[in-house]
Amino acid sequence: MARAVVTLPAQARRGEIIEIKTLAAHPMETGFRRTQLGELIPRDIIRRFVCTYNGAEVFRVDLHPAVAANPLIAFTTVATESGTIAFQWVGDNGYSVTETASIRVE
Amino acid sequence: MTTRREFLVLACGAASITAATTAKAQIDPNQQALRKAAMQDALRRVVGDAPVRRGRVKLQLPPLIDNGNSVPLSVAVESPMTAADHVRAIHVFTEKNPLPDVVSVTLGPRAGRAGLSTRVRLADTQTVLAVAQLSDGSFWSDSADVVVTLSACLEEGLI
Repeated sequence: MARAVVTLPAQARRGEIIEIKTLAAHPMETGFRRTQLGELIPRDIIRRFVCTYNGAEVFRVDLHPAVAANPLIAFTTVATESGTIAFQWVGDNGYSVTETASIRVE
Repeated sequence: MTTRREFLVLACGAASITAATTAKAQIDPNQQALRKAAMQDALRRVVGDAPVRRGRVKLQLPPLIDNGNSVPLSVAVESPMTAADHVRAIHVFTEKNPLPDVVSVTLGPRAGRAGLSTRVRLADTQTVLAVAQLSDGSFWSDSADVVVTLSACLEEGLI
């Protein structure tokens, strides 16, 4: 089950730097591990995370197998206007999760 | 004349020192050299021939890690983050993981502060390198040494 959690303030002053924490539920299988029978477990990771603020991209991360399971990504952005902040995780085997949050800017 | 008691104290001390030095996760030297070369390749792919200077970047990792499967890592870059002067990208590399890349971040002035916190896997006691590319095209870096007692990816033939 694809699931993600995003934490950010519901409202902010204009120009304020807000902190955003995101957590996606994903095993991040590295592709280097083997089963007890010696077979390689195929890679299954989230490859890309993108954060868009009212449609404009503000932050993007390319992830590699060295990122731990259930990847946590914490970053900041400037609260410019009221609207929605969208988060998207894209990965192997057609994994794609989108989460949105709304923010009120005064 | 050494008494039995003195002998035992010395012997136990020596044994525990040996145990402490081998407690670090270790990969074999040939593989270490290959992986170091892989990291240099990955770094060159990002920076090209441009010089990488130390400073402005702050990479934070705990110095001693019990379990390499989930290690908190944070990178912060000193920058005003204005349209004229901001950080364009941050890359994190490891020296001894099976793959040198960890994360690559693309950001701009709208990020407010140039930084990121995440959790990573570390296969061995090693040096982690963070490189930031600024809007003027210059590269800055910081590295952190970490001691890993229990490695991630033990299945890879690591002891």
